[in-house]
Amino acid sequence: MKSLQELKRLITENEIWRSVFRHGYTDTPRNRVLQIISNVWLHLHPAKVREHGTKIRFTWCMGGITFFIFLFEALTGILLMFYYTPDVNRAYADIVDLMYVVPFGRFLRNSHRWGAHAMVITVSIHMLRVFLTGSYKPPRQFNWVVGVFLLVLTFLLSFTGYLLPWDQLGYWAITVGTNMARATPLLGHEGPFSYILGMEANNDIRFALLGGTSIGAPALLRAYVWHCIGIPVIASALMMVHFWRVRKDGGISGPL
Amino acid sequence: MAVSEQRSVSVEIKDDKVFTWPNLVAKEFLAAIFVTVGLLVYSYFVDAPLRELSNPGQAENPAKAPWYFLGLQEALVYFDPWFAGVVLPSIIVIGLIVIPYIDNNPKGNGYYTFRERKFAVSTFMFGYIFWYILIYIGTALRGPFWSFFWPWEEWTHDFPTPPPLHNLPLPVGIALLLGFYFFGLVVPAMVNRRFFNNIGVIRYVITMGLMVTMFGTVLKMFLRLAFNIKYIIATPWINI
Repeated sequence: MKSLQELKRLITENEIWRSVFRHGYTDTPRNRVLQIISNVWLHLHPAKVREHGTKIRFTWCMGGITFFIFLFEALTGILLMFYYTPDVNRAYADIVDLMYVVPFGRFLRNSHRWGAHAMVITVSIHMLRVFLTGSYKPPRQFNWVVGVFLLVLTFLLSFTGYLLPWDQLGYWAITVGTNMARATPLLGHEGPFSYILGMEANNDIRFALLGGTSIGAPALLRAYVWHCIGIPVIASALMMVHFWRVRKDGGISGPL
Repeated sequence: MAVSEQRSVSVEIKDDKVFTWPNLVAKEFLAAIFVTVGLLVYSYFVDAPLRELSNPGQAENPAKAPWYFLGLQEALVYFDPWFAGVVLPSIIVIGLIVIPYIDNNPKGNGYYTFRERKFAVSTFMFGYIFWYILIYIGTALRGPFWSFFWPWEEWTHDFPTPPPLHNLPLPVGIALLLGFYFFGLVVPAMVNRRFFNNIGVIRYVITMGLMVTMFGTVLKMFLRLAFNIKYIIATPWINI
């Protein structure tokens, strides 16, 4: 026993250890505070929170879970990128390889896919919770607006990923989805009043989205770039604002 | 010498704060673990769908958007694409964005209550539930050619021809639409003056405009289902 404590002292009481860990782990109020504020990840939280904010029956934990699934998707997404080429001649074969050849590839793809569905569900439940607790009321109005944009971005993230396997399911789902853009008033060539702006199939808003008049190689590349870089970057920026504003607007909402 | 008796005013500071570590962080880590385990277990047993190689020459029937957009695709049955696919979702997003600015009821800030904000909660819940009902219909009850099948029916290509649809005469349609918006915007203000005065004319017009549009969307679906009406307003330029 004595040698164990000796060993602990040997490990922790030296310059190297202390340069990494600034405080001990003894359960004191001071260490509980330091645990949060001296950790770059955890200091997103305040050192103390109002008790109801820790109750799952109040928060449903859905915002946090949505953020966690976003991280989960980023991780599995990066791993998938090692095996996937956004080229119409290779994309489908790469997915089939993932399903049948790559070790744990099927597992990886499944978890990325189901995580995406889960994220859409949890973000919408999070919105419901925020509404039902009136948490968009002053001073949090603007954070609700940021949240609505994040909701839309979640849909778009999932939607752009849908095309990537280049199978019939994704192809026709994106066909149905982007055909809507054709009907945009003024900006889509089949939309009402679009003749005013001289819209044709090769210059309207759908053309801009797809990079062509039909879903082909440019559309796949655009979906890929938006899915892997564009939207995640925008969503991350908005998430920073979203979480920052939670803190700045007085922490998690609660009875005044 | 009269000494004024100093009454200690006890200011009750509500301090219900607890340490984030471990009270909150522990729960967050647990939630993260449960979600991870749940996702991984589900992914182990259920494969993500993958159909044959995409073929522009052979359309899927039915061709369905991802499930979270199927409410909008279902709305295509009742509306032209410019409305169901573009204007309606835009109105929904704008409507969500303006919620904090049109709801000036100070009550119910930070706690669950229905009694103190009946109007807000019931309107939102109506839209939220309706969105998911449409998604359910679009996902589970629409088969080939987007025709309707009950859950216990088998999807076939052999279904009865739907009854012919007809449009309302243009003057009737315009009168109906204008009357509907006029009724929806004016009558509530007259019946409930207190509500009108409370939120002011700008908030009132936006709130009721959005709400009347939401109910109008539902009503148009009802007209189509009950009376086979395709368009309320049919013109060479735009159909509603």
